Amino acid sequence: MKRSNIVMLVASILPLGLFLFPLWKITLEAPQYPTPLGMYIHINDFSDVHPHDIKNINLMNHYVGMKYIPEAIPEFKIFPIAIIASTVIGLLIAFKGNYKWFLGWFILMIIMCSAGLYDFYLWEHDYGHDLDPKAIMKFTNPDGSVMGFQPPLFGSKDILNFRAHSYPQLGALFLGLGIAFSFVAHLIGKKAKNSTA
Amino acid sequence: MKNIFKSAMVILSALLAFTSCNNSSKSGGKSGALAGNVAEKVYVAPGEHDEFYAFISGGFSGQLSVYGLPSGRLFKVIPVFSQDAEKAYGYNEETKPMLNTSHGFVPWDDSHHPDISQTNGVIDGRWVFINGNNTPRIAKIDLSTFETTEIIEVPNSAGNHSSSFVTENTEYVVAGTRFSIPIPQKDMPIKDYKGNFKGALSFISVDPEHGHMDIKFQVIMPGFDYDLAHPGRGASHGWFFFSTYNSEEASTLLEVNASQNDKDFIAAINWKKIEEYVNNGGGKMMPANYAHNVYDEDTHTATSTMKKEVLVVNPSDVPGAVYLLPTPKSPHGCDVDPSGEYIVGNGKLSANLTVHSFTKMLKAIEDNKVAGDAYGIPILNFEDVLAGVVEQPGLGPLHTEFDGKGNAYTTFFISSEVVKWKLGTWEVVDRQPCYYSVGHLMIPGGNSQKPWGKYVVAMNKITKDRYLPTGPEVTQSAQLYDISGEKMELLLDFPTVGEPHYAAGCPADLIKPRSKKLFKLEDNKHPYACKNEADTKVVREGDVVHVYMTTIRSHFSPDNIEGIKVGDKVYFHITNLEQDYDVPHGVSIIGANTSELLIMPGQTETFLWEPKQVGVWPFYCTDFCSALHQEMQGYVRVSSANASTPLKWSLGEDIE
Repeated sequence: MKRSNIVMLVASILPLGLFLFPLWKITLEAPQYPTPLGMYIHINDFSDVHPHDIKNINLMNHYVGMKYIPEAIPEFKIFPIAIIASTVIGLLIAFKGNYKWFLGWFILMIIMCSAGLYDFYLWEHDYGHDLDPKAIMKFTNPDGSVMGFQPPLFGSKDILNFRAHSYPQLGALFLGLGIAFSFVAHLIGKKAKNSTA
Repeated sequence: MKNIFKSAMVILSALLAFTSCNNSSKSGGKSGALAGNVAEKVYVAPGEHDEFYAFISGGFSGQLSVYGLPSGRLFKVIPVFSQDAEKAYGYNEETKPMLNTSHGFVPWDDSHHPDISQTNGVIDGRWVFINGNNTPRIAKIDLSTFETTEIIEVPNSAGNHSSSFVTENTEYVVAGTRFSIPIPQKDMPIKDYKGNFKGALSFISVDPEHGHMDIKFQVIMPGFDYDLAHPGRGASHGWFFFSTYNSEEASTLLEVNASQNDKDFIAAINWKKIEEYVNNGGGKMMPANYAHNVYDEDTHTATSTMKKEVLVVNPSDVPGAVYLLPTPKSPHGCDVDPSGEYIVGNGKLSANLTVHSFTKMLKAIEDNKVAGDAYGIPILNFEDVLAGVVEQPGLGPLHTEFDGKGNAYTTFFISSEVVKWKLGTWEVVDRQPCYYSVGHLMIPGGNSQKPWGKYVVAMNKITKDRYLPTGPEVTQSAQLYDISGEKMELLLDFPTVGEPHYAAGCPADLIKPRSKKLFKLEDNKHPYACKNEADTKVVREGDVVHVYMTTIRSHFSPDNIEGIKVGDKVYFHITNLEQDYDVPHGVSIIGANTSELLIMPGQTETFLWEPKQVGVWPFYCTDFCSALHQEMQGYVRVSSANASTPLKWSLGEDIE
């Protein structure tokens, strides 16, 4: 097996780390929460950072009319299928394909991740803006528009008394490494091809 | 890299300069700088935690309070033997059985001697035991919840004072009677006390896993007053020592009549020997009637069971199990040093402190050097068991604790001071005044094999002018001394809840990590628990109505109830659905003849309401729970006894 194909093999397996580790983490800090509230986003689940965190995030958010974080979302079915499919394709490519295919897989993954992030953004936006009209507390921006409570996609942001942090986790690192490896496989393969040619 | 090293050096030297500056200011000057230094020693910065827990009994308040040391800050008053309207202890349906006794519901007691459970002679921080004096009881407080979880009544006992001290593996918590009484109780002339009244010393076994208590046996002793007690440690493990007064067996004007004998006794009990005797079928089961009350953490409910018999042992039936050590002048405190060798008898009317030697005692027993007997119990010679005497250390010695560095600290009630002296040489090292008339003292672990000899807390009986006055009744008071150096240093006065009778302390790290934050809702097995809002309901059974209600920020479910009638007995069973740290909800309703409830997350509690008037009566959350706490309220419509208003309940919509 060629070196580039071995690298591609590793690349296609790495995203499976998403089934072992969380993809993303949202943390909410406030003075009343010396232990911050936190939620992990997995490829197929939301989970508490500390016991009952999601229940307590929901309790806080209901004051401003935000919906409860759902037990499950359609993405929890789609994302695992997409990841498994891409791994299968990646493995096929690793065994059968060459560096051009590697680049193809790389581009496919970039598109998929971008779509995933965009989907996440849409959900976040809806979660932060689609508020109950009977919300207990209504806040407006300085311009008079209704204040939203969308957590940041990436980074940190103040939302009322909370400071929200949103950062990728180990699962995302595995995915990112997989993507990077496929590009490396592509470069190695290309270089090998050029040197033999 | 070099730069990093350089800057680190700069920071280090700056720190050094700062520190040495600080030192010079400490050593310079006297009172002013010294006072500043003292303040620093007890200052625990906002948000920081104390180094030690101190569990200080509330004396006649019947409770146990939890303090931090060295700050002297009060964290919690744990209700034990007295009702507590703040926490609904003894008021709600769940905890009323905790205060049941053979005399019925007793809502008060006099709590005296807390003692923390031990493993291998070292404090393990699992439970605190404490005695109720007046209606003899022993309570167990669980240190994961800081709640009273068990109370056992002690039969054949009265003035349960030489209690509740634990053996070095918490095999037993021991409870001795202060007042001797007829055993069994009977109608007889008081003047016939002598020879007829007896004193029971109870050995209550403690289940090593759950801590459940059970009276294993009672040793029925002569009719003296059994004042205080201490278990042997190390070499003397397996023995228990009780101080006695009134060996005169007087029943009236004891202040004179019980102070006639030059020497009373310390009773040395070989409990291992008696345990073996009992395990081999020894002793006599006698009829009795005493309550055993157990609180279950899963059902959040206590049950009270009446026990009908107790095993008693006549000491003369177990030769070699009990000896009397003559000890001068009505000894009060009876304290054993960490090695287990020295037994200090604090003869409260004596000018000297008497220290007995365990090895000399064994030798005297071995050589059969008996000076006489009391009701068949051998009395050893004073000189044969004496280890030494601390000469003229003060007036009115009461109690002694140890620092684990070869020093003992004894309180003197009359001369109002703590005196530090050396074990073995019996020389006085230091003395510090107490304000005023100190009783017990406590060094964390100071009555165990492993004292943490950094502080001593002196618990005073008289306060007088030490704080801002509050009318004729002033606060009770304790004082903290630094004992890390050769000389003691008074650091702090702090007010206490009730009489700070005695205390037990240990490093916070033994307890802090195990302290529960909430009760898991899924573990709640209360028969009237309601674990989600959809299941809330109101059920009528004749005149009795059960309301299955829940709380979560910031509403009750249901919050509108109709169909209640005058004369109903309405039980509000309230489950707190919260699963977050420090989010209790409280509740009460207008005219309820009981206390509020204070319900921890995941817990269910019940109060009874018997409406007497027609109307629409509000209830509300009594613990400021959230931003919408003021909105956390509801109404109950009460109709006349013969009305036909249907039973209905709702949340968030009008009752149709």
